[in-house]
Amino acid sequence: MTALSIRKLEKSFGGLRVTRGVDLAIQPGERRLIIGPNGAGKTTLFNLVTGELRPDTGSVALFDQELTRLPARRRAHLGLSRTYQIITLFPKDTLLRNVTLSLLGLSPLRWNPLLRLERQRHLIEQAEHALARVGLGHLAHRPLAETSYGERRRVEIAMALAQNPRVLLLDEPFAGLSVDERRDVKTLLFGIPRDVTIVMIEHDMDVALDFAERISVMHFGEVVVEGTRAEVVADPRTKEIYFGE
Amino acid sequence: MSIWAVLAINSITFGGLLFLLSAGFSLIFGLMRIPNLTHGSMFMLGGYVGASMIVTYHLPFWLAALIAALAMAVFGGLIERFLLRRLSGSILAQVLVTLGISFIVADFCLMVWSGDPISVETPSALAGGTRALGLFFPTYRIAIILIAVVIAAMLWALLERTRLGAMIRAGVDDPEMARVVGIRVSQLFTIVFCLGAALAGFGGLMGAPILSVYPGLDTDMLPLALVVVILGGVGSLLGSLIGSIVIGFLYNFGLVMVPELAYFVLFLPMVLVLVLRPQGLFGRQAP
Amino acid sequence: MTAPRVALAAALVALVTVPLWVPGDYYISVCSQILIYAVFALGIDVLIGYAGLVSLGHAGLFGLASYTVAVCLAAGVGHVAAIAAALVVTLAGTAVFAGLSLRATGIGFIMITLALGQIMWGLAYRWVSITGGDNGITVPGRPAPFGLRLDAPSHFYYATLAVFLLTVVATWVFVHSPFGASLKGTRDQPRRMTALGYHVWLIRFYACMFSGLLTTIAGILFVYYAEFISPPTVQLTSSAEGVLMAISGGSGTLLGPIVGSILVEIVKNVASAYIARWNMMLGAIFVAIVIFMPEGLVPGTTRLVRRALKLRGPIPAGAPAPTTAAAEPAPGEPAP
Repeated sequence: MTALSIRKLEKSFGGLRVTRGVDLAIQPGERRLIIGPNGAGKTTLFNLVTGELRPDTGSVALFDQELTRLPARRRAHLGLSRTYQIITLFPKDTLLRNVTLSLLGLSPLRWNPLLRLERQRHLIEQAEHALARVGLGHLAHRPLAETSYGERRRVEIAMALAQNPRVLLLDEPFAGLSVDERRDVKTLLFGIPRDVTIVMIEHDMDVALDFAERISVMHFGEVVVEGTRAEVVADPRTKEIYFGE
Repeated sequence: MSIWAVLAINSITFGGLLFLLSAGFSLIFGLMRIPNLTHGSMFMLGGYVGASMIVTYHLPFWLAALIAALAMAVFGGLIERFLLRRLSGSILAQVLVTLGISFIVADFCLMVWSGDPISVETPSALAGGTRALGLFFPTYRIAIILIAVVIAAMLWALLERTRLGAMIRAGVDDPEMARVVGIRVSQLFTIVFCLGAALAGFGGLMGAPILSVYPGLDTDMLPLALVVVILGGVGSLLGSLIGSIVIGFLYNFGLVMVPELAYFVLFLPMVLVLVLRPQGLFGRQAP
Repeated sequence: MTAPRVALAAALVALVTVPLWVPGDYYISVCSQILIYAVFALGIDVLIGYAGLVSLGHAGLFGLASYTVAVCLAAGVGHVAAIAAALVVTLAGTAVFAGLSLRATGIGFIMITLALGQIMWGLAYRWVSITGGDNGITVPGRPAPFGLRLDAPSHFYYATLAVFLLTVVATWVFVHSPFGASLKGTRDQPRRMTALGYHVWLIRFYACMFSGLLTTIAGILFVYYAEFISPPTVQLTSSAEGVLMAISGGSGTLLGPIVGSILVEIVKNVASAYIARWNMMLGAIFVAIVIFMPEGLVPGTTRLVRRALKLRGPIPAGAPAPTTAAAEPAPGEPAP
């Protein structure tokens, strides 16, 4: 059984083919890195997997369950979570509220118009726990707008982890972080247990290389090279893509 | 039997007037992303200004029409420059401001021109009509249809054949990109706003001999422009034209066949389009 | 007791004692009218302030409720049945209204609601055999719940106050519930909410239904208050007044629409006593508030006062105006 199976995924915007027959098979517990230059189609691939975009052809399956025709919201309920490259959180709300919203999204409670959200102890505790897990427990009641960029990146990850996903998609979790912040996020990611399968996009190869067992290199919407860290680094096409331009 | 033919002519005429109103509305919407809720007011105010020129100052009809168009262009330009521009970036605030102005204009017209409808004589050169094929064709109505066609052709040429038109089209397609390639989008906004206002004001006077000018003409016409644009698609000239004619027919035939529910019938195609094709018949799918 | 609680208690005492300190029946009636419009404005605020959806067609729903009661009563139906019919008809109408309007968000939503509101106006005006056209419908009399006659202005005021307090409490519970949090999330980040597992369209639909319920209640109260209904109640100006009440006080709060309706109704009643140009004033207030105080009077005044007091202190980087929340970049973000 594969955790995430992507077959022949095609997507065009107008005449521009953004992904060209992408095939990926990610095993349960695997850490997969997807690298490639800007415009290689990495984020589009994530959007196709989460359902924010509809593919023209091809299919996506999560633990052998067909996702291709399911709306994005259903996929979250099946155990697919993601973070965004461009942070799209709720700036006026506190960190705790941000993470609570993430938890609420998978809870039937989200339809309840009669209870008081603040009184839902178990939900709030879970949210506090998720924040503590990324080292932000002490900032739980601060509005998101008053936090630093690096802290917001960690809130993104806390929100994704709070949903207890089976497959976690991380879109450039290191983008825009300082050296210290990168180290923190890295420690955080290494601490995620193996029952979570992780697919990570990273533009910068050096940062995340030691995180992944297998690496896929995308270029112009195609997976050009795939293999273990050593294989990919040794492959001449990788060098061409990264150093030939 | 000939009642249907008469109705058909009236429908196309009304469609022509609607086109004068909705073409500008659609362009402004397409470019600035706001439905200009003063558009009905400009139609009415243009009608009043033109009617005054004729009734009080005895100016010839066409000069009055020109003055009405120019007055509305200036009025539209002022609104765009001094109110909407202040609020650029907040689309909702812009919409609400146009709504507020429409109330002010409506009350202003009531104050100046009183509550009685003003009717305008058909220009003498276009009075009467022609008999052909056993039918009577009123010259003025035929003239409105011709003028609408000519203006549609001119707008088409402006959009498709001139540099200004190319810039407007670029702005409608992708305002960010237009800005990036160095088009002064804010200037385009003013031009298009003035143009749309002038067309609406002109249409107001053109319609005056048929509809007369009365308080409430603005809120009668504005929803029709909305429906035309929902039907035809935002920013589409062809959509405005076809939508106007469809609504022209529905309005006139509806009034005769189901007078009590005419207004309801009018909105049915809008409902259908919304359900089946929310971007409008000629609009493009939002990215 | 904390300061807000003291203020709340004082407000309650003031509301309950209105017939004692307000001079004369006319002004007691004005107070009833304010409360009715406050319920209407709360309904609009649920959409503007919490869902980020601006409706310019709510007078259509308000009118639908009023007309249903009036038509039923004119047909000789009892009060209970007439009110029940108004609830059923208007909620069904709201479902259609929401189903169509939610084909779009942002500006598209505004346009569609405006057009739908105008349909209701057109029906009220033209469907003479049912609505009486311009002449409207006169309601034969007010009901007498539990044997209490509501003919006297003060009696009707208390009935209105009871309903008003109920709707305020209901709205408070609604916006502080998990569903309320979901709704606010869809206002701020609809795409993100979808990715988090929320059914954004359905959440918005339910919010429209709740808003429609409040509007129905206001419409029923109104027709009994005025004992008359005619097309002007349904027109665009009425929808706009409702929006003005919601945003002038401060949308996204419960106090805002209430303050807004007090303000608008007082200005309207005072203005109409001295000048005939209410619509012009309405328009001018509208423009002024949108330009100078987009966040509404309650937060706006607080901000200005605070700035005046702390001239030397740093100006707080005020939260973005709530009225801009609905202005999503694309006019027609396709609904799923």
